Amino acid sequence: MTATADTLIVTDLAADRGGRRVFGRVGFTVDPGGAVQVEGANGAGKSTLLRVLAGLLPAAEGRINNPFVTALAGHDTALKPGPTLASELTHWARLVGTDGSAVAAAAAAFALTPLLELPAGFLSSGQRRRAALARVAASGAVLWLLDEPDAGLDTASKALLATAIAAHRGGGGIVVAVTHGDIGIADPQRVQL
Amino acid sequence: MIFLILVRRDLSLALRQPGALLLPVVFFILVAALFPFAVGPDARLLARIAPGVVWVAALLASLLPVETLVAPDVADGTIDQIVVRGIALETWAAARLVAHWLGFALPLLIALPVAAVLLGLPALGPLALGLALGTPALAALPLLAASLTAGLRGGGALTGLIVVPLALPVLIFGVADAPGALRLLAASSLVIVALTPFAAAAALRAAD
Repeated sequence: MTATADTLIVTDLAADRGGRRVFGRVGFTVDPGGAVQVEGANGAGKSTLLRVLAGLLPAAEGRINNPFVTALAGHDTALKPGPTLASELTHWARLVGTDGSAVAAAAAAFALTPLLELPAGFLSSGQRRRAALARVAASGAVLWLLDEPDAGLDTASKALLATAIAAHRGGGGIVVAVTHGDIGIADPQRVQL
Repeated sequence: MIFLILVRRDLSLALRQPGALLLPVVFFILVAALFPFAVGPDARLLARIAPGVVWVAALLASLLPVETLVAPDVADGTIDQIVVRGIALETWAAARLVAHWLGFALPLLIALPVAAVLLGLPALGPLALGLALGTPALAALPLLAASLTAGLRGGGALTGLIVVPLALPVLIFGVADAPGALRLLAASSLVIVALTPFAAAAALRAAD
């Protein structure tokens, strides 16, 4: 298999946690505009797979060809309680060199605009989750790694999430999402762990 | 530039909690204030031990912020977000070191005259210069210890055991009243400051 510049290729991937093999022989190929839906029971290694893809954990075996700028929305939202939501999102956007308009657009996409001037510590868990998703959207990354992105979201927010994912894929982006059941990703590749 | 963005971020977060910044300083003054009570009102004796007392107080004060230096950023996913963005953990650690030094050493140096009065210290200048040279190491070592123990439950108790032995050269050259001591102090402080971002980053990577 040759490494290509515009395809996410995962080959025979395996990962260990605490000396124990969590999953093995995972492989998939995603072209721009594609989406992967990772499913499996609790403890099957879904989050571990995302962390390996994000480069946070080493792969025990296999190869990842990831030519893309990557963004991750994990279980930890990495929001400090003191600053306003706007300054939190702007800080992270500044670190990847995107501008304020990207933050404003991402906040609008997740219906966070009315909350921007609130301290992030005042947000509910669903709002914090939306903030983490908005941070991913504002990062300008091609590859989105989403760990149970619908957890804690209300019905309206789930629709916003599906819209954002569709828009991202429409622009040539790639989404790898860990889910329990469908979250409105159109025609995903399914990876069962 | 990423380094400056990270420093500014850390400083603005620190300024939101002035209590956390003041705590080491208050502790520093308290330790200095204990000695006149403990050894008695012998002005000559106090003046003689004052530099050592100030340094020990500064070292002990440097241990106080350990638990808030790294562990919260590991727990809330901040470190993950840094790594995913392709930012070197060395850069992050260096920025945290600079911001922590500013937040720790500047208030300490401002409080130094108070400690000097309490101890009847004759000349403030040499000690202030020594502390200015040594506090970067006193900011760096707790950062290193905090990185090493970030994943451990109750790691805070370990950090003193890690920091104090490594701080000995700084303490020795800081207190020494010999020609060249300041240069050796600066050198040992520089070595610690230069190594800490790499060691802290390696520790954080190994912890995952």
